[in-house]
Amino acid sequence: MAEEIKKLKVTIDNITIDVPQGTTILQAARMIGGEVVPPAMCYYTKLQGSGGKCRTCLVEVSKGSEADPRPMPKLVASCRTGVMDGMEVKNITSPKVLDARNGVVEFLLLNHPLDCPVCDQAGECHLQDLGYEHGKEATRYEFKRRTFEKHDLGPYIQLHMTRCILCYRCVYTADQVSNKRVHGILSRGDHAEIATYIEKSLDNDFIGNVIDVCPVGALTDKTFRFKNRVWFTKPVNAHRACKCCSGKVTLWQRGEEVLRVTARKDQWGEVEEWICNECRFEKKKTSDWVIEGPTHVSRHSVISQGHYEKLSKPAETFSKVHDERKPKLLMDIHSVSEVNDPSIDLSVIKGPATGKVFEQTKKHS
Amino acid sequence: MARKLLLEKAHVEGIRQFDVYRREGGYAAVEKALKMEPVAIVEEVKKSGLRGRGGAGFATGLKWSFLAKPEGVPRYLVCNADESEPGTFKDRYLMEFIPHLLIEGLIVSSFALGSNRTYIYIRGEYAWIVGILEQAIAEAKQNGFLGKNILGTEFDLEIYVQRGAGAYICGEETALIESLEGKRGNPRIKPPFPAIKGLWDCPTVVNNVETLAAVVPIMNLGAEEYAKIGVGRSTGTKLISACGNINKPGVYEIDMTISVEEFIYSDEYCGGIANGKRLKACIPGGSSVPILPANLLLKTAKGETRYMNYESLSEGGFASGSMMGSGGFIVLDEDQCIVRHTLTLARFYRHESCGQCSPCREGTGWMEKILHKIESGKGVSSDIDLLWDIQSKIEGNTICPLGDAAAWPVAAAIRHFRDEFEWHVNHPSLCLTQNYGLAHYADELSVVA
Amino acid sequence: MVKFSEHTMKEVEAIIARYPQGKQKSALIPLLHLAQEEFGGWLSAEAMDHVASILSIESIEVYEVATFYSMFNLQPVGKHVLEVCQTGPCMLRGSDDIIAYIKSKLGIGVGETTADGMFTLKTVECLGACGYAPMMQMGMHYKEHLTPERVDQIIADCYNHK
Repeated sequence: MAEEIKKLKVTIDNITIDVPQGTTILQAARMIGGEVVPPAMCYYTKLQGSGGKCRTCLVEVSKGSEADPRPMPKLVASCRTGVMDGMEVKNITSPKVLDARNGVVEFLLLNHPLDCPVCDQAGECHLQDLGYEHGKEATRYEFKRRTFEKHDLGPYIQLHMTRCILCYRCVYTADQVSNKRVHGILSRGDHAEIATYIEKSLDNDFIGNVIDVCPVGALTDKTFRFKNRVWFTKPVNAHRACKCCSGKVTLWQRGEEVLRVTARKDQWGEVEEWICNECRFEKKKTSDWVIEGPTHVSRHSVISQGHYEKLSKPAETFSKVHDERKPKLLMDIHSVSEVNDPSIDLSVIKGPATGKVFEQTKKHS
Repeated sequence: MARKLLLEKAHVEGIRQFDVYRREGGYAAVEKALKMEPVAIVEEVKKSGLRGRGGAGFATGLKWSFLAKPEGVPRYLVCNADESEPGTFKDRYLMEFIPHLLIEGLIVSSFALGSNRTYIYIRGEYAWIVGILEQAIAEAKQNGFLGKNILGTEFDLEIYVQRGAGAYICGEETALIESLEGKRGNPRIKPPFPAIKGLWDCPTVVNNVETLAAVVPIMNLGAEEYAKIGVGRSTGTKLISACGNINKPGVYEIDMTISVEEFIYSDEYCGGIANGKRLKACIPGGSSVPILPANLLLKTAKGETRYMNYESLSEGGFASGSMMGSGGFIVLDEDQCIVRHTLTLARFYRHESCGQCSPCREGTGWMEKILHKIESGKGVSSDIDLLWDIQSKIEGNTICPLGDAAAWPVAAAIRHFRDEFEWHVNHPSLCLTQNYGLAHYADELSVVA
Repeated sequence: MVKFSEHTMKEVEAIIARYPQGKQKSALIPLLHLAQEEFGGWLSAEAMDHVASILSIESIEVYEVATFYSMFNLQPVGKHVLEVCQTGPCMLRGSDDIIAYIKSKLGIGVGETTADGMFTLKTVECLGACGYAPMMQMGMHYKEHLTPERVDQIIADCYNHK
C-alpha cells in the first residue's frame, strides 16, 4: 500500500497552500495560479535537470521553514528550490524580487536583436511577454550587439543564435526525448552558442520538439518560416494514428491550409505530449488529420484575436446601441482637428508632421 | 619570526624527495591518524578551528561533518588545486616546493572521510607541477603510504592528479566536479550540495590545497595546540601570496596576528612599496574581494589597527572593510590607475564567466565595455551610476559566486575611488596621458604610514 | 586518418583506469591534452572524433568541452605559443609593455602567427604567477620576470633549438 504523501504548508505572497513533499516553489505557485506565478524562461517540467539558469523566477524566502525560520540570505531560483513545511515566500510582494527580475530581463534583452517584426516566434514568445511586463522602454546598452556566425541545422529547423537566451532546453530535449544529440552549447561566457561544431542536420526522429521548447525565436520551424504571423492563424486540436508518437497535435491553419503543426501546450506553454518529426513536418494537409476543435487560447494572448472557441460569434452589441444604424465612421476626425488634413500633400512637409505644420501649410497654400 | 607550520621545511635541500621529507618528520601525521577512529580526526579538525583556505573561509571540520555516509556508496575527497584567482599563487608554491605535505594531508583527510580514491584537480597551466605531484605519489606508494592496506591497516587509497584546461570557474567546487566528470565547467545548481551528491552523484568533499595541507600540523600538534596559534576564529597559519608594486613579491606564511602595516612594510614580508613610491590601495584577499584605499587598509574606519586575519580584514563590512579571501595580496602604488586596474579585473571575469546564467553572462561583458569606455576617455558621468547599478543587479542573483566576485571589485572601486572615475570622465584627454595619483588618500596616508 | 600512437594508447588506458568503471568520460580533458600534444598543437574535428570514439561518447560532448576550456586550440598555431598574462597583478608590473614589445619584435598582432610558423602570440588571463610578473606561458612552462631583454633571449633560444 502506498504511504500517505506528507503535505507541506507553504505561503506564497500571503496565499497558503498544502503541497506534496518534493514540490518546488514554482510548482506550488503554479498550483495557486494567477499573478503569484514567477515567470520561467529555462525551467521545463518535462525536462530533467532544466531550470536555475535564466534567473527570472528568483523569489525571496522570508521564512525558511517552521523548523528553521531564518530567511534565506539570497534570492533563490523558485524552479529549483524545494518547499519546506511552513516556508514563506515573497514573489510579487517583494520589491527586492521585482528589482532583481527587472535586472534579469534587462540582461536577457541586452544583446537581443529585437527583430520581433520579422521573427516567427512573435506573438507566442515568452521573452516578448516578459519584456512587456518587466522591461523598460529604452535600453541602457549603447554598444554593438553580439552576433554569431550562421549555422545551418538542416531542412527542418532554423537557428537564429542572436535570439537565443541559452536556456539549455533544446540540449536537454535532444538528450532526453530524441535518440541522438548532435547539437550542443559551444564556447563559454558571452560567446556561448548553440551549434553542431561541424555542419550537421538536426533530423533524428523527435528532434523537432526543440522548436516547441524554445522560449524565444532561436529555433523555429523552417517549413513555416515567414509563411504567416501566428495571430493570423487559427489553432485547432487534431490527431492522427501515428506509429511513432501519440499523434495528438495542434494545427495552425489559415483557411483550409495547414501552415504549421506543433505539439499541444498547457497553460504554462509546456508541451503536453512530444510529437514526432513526421507529424510535425510532413503532414501538412487537412485530410491527414482528424480535427477535434479549436485549441484553447488564453485571452491575454495576441493569438486570441479573431479566434473563436465557441461555435457562434459573440452577440454584436455595436449595432444595437446605434439603433441598427451602421455608421462607417464614428466621427470625422477632420471636423475637430487639422492634423492630416486630406487636402494637404504630406510629401511637402519636412520632418515630423505636427498640428502646427498643418496650420502653417494651410496658410501658405 | 612568526611560527611556520606549512613552509617550515619547504626549503630544506631535496625536500621534494620522500626520503628527505620522511627524515624531516614527514608522514608522522599519517602514522598517528591511522591509529585513530575517522570520526575522531573529523572532531580534531573541528576543534582546530581550521577554515577553508580557498577563499570562502568556511569551517573545514563542519564541512566534513556534513558528508553523507550512505551504505555501499563510495565517498570522494577532491583536492582543489585549480588556483586561479588573480593575485593568488600560494598553492602552486606549496605543491612545487613541498609536495609531500599535500600528499600527507590527503592521506589523513581521505582516511577521515572514508575516501579510497582521491583526486587532485589542478589547473591545466600548472603542467609541470603534475609531474612533481605524481612523483611524490609514486614515492609514497613505494613506501607503503598509498595503495592497499596502508601501514598494515584495512585502509586502501589511490591518489590521482587530474589536469584542468584553462577555466577559472573550475575553482568553484561544483564546476570542478563537472570538469572532473569530463564536462563543461558549469557550476551546478545547489542544493544538492556535494556533501550529499557530488562526484558521480556520490558524497564528496572538495577542499583547497592549503586546507588539506594544514591537516598535517593539526594532527602533529593536536587540535588544541593548533587553535592556540592565531587569534579568535582565525586559527593556525595562513599563506599569503603578495604581489603588485612591492619590493618582495612572494608567498609568506603568517600567523594571523600581524598587522597589515607590518606585512607590507617589514623586510620579513613585502619589504615596502617598490621604487620608493607610496601605497595607494590594496586588494588583500584575491581579485574578487573589495579593494581598499591606503587609509582604510592600514586602519579600520574606527581608527583601529587592521590585522591580517579573517575578522579584522572584514571589519567594517563592505562599506569600509574587505576580506581575507584566498590570501592573494595585491598592492597598488601611487602611479596606478584604479579605473584601468578595475578594467583588467572586469575583463578577467567576463572571460571566465561560464555563460550559464544571464546576469553573469551579460552583466560582466557590459561592465567591461563601460569601464573600457571610461578608461579610454569616452565616459560620461552617468556611466559611473550605470556601472554601479549593473553590479548591484549581478550580485547575489547568479548561480555561483562568480557573479559576486565580478561585482565586488567594481563596486568597491566606485565606492572608494569615485573621485578618480569622475576625474576620468571630466578629463577625457588628460586621463590618456596622466594618472590621477594619490589625491586625498595621500594626506591621511602620511599620518598612518 | 588521425589516430593515437601505440605508446599514447597505453597512456590513454592508464588514464581511463583512474576512474570507476563506466565513468570513462572523466578522461576526456586529459585525453584532449594528449591529442593536442600529439596532433600538432591543436584539436581538429577528426582528433576530437577520435577521442569521442575511444571514450564511447558522442562527438558533440567532446566539442562542447573542447570549446569551453581556453587551453585547447581549435585552429592551427605556431610552433611556440606565447601566452602573455594581462590581468591586474601583471598589468601593475608592466605586462602591457611586454605585449607591445613582443608585437613589434615579431611583427604580429594578438592571435596571429608569424609567417615562418614559429610563434603565435596570445593574451591570457591570470595564470597564477602574480608574484613573478610580468610573465607568459610557453608550452608546459612559465617564463617569469619578463623584460624586453629576457623576451629577446627566449625568442633567440627558440630559433637556436630549431
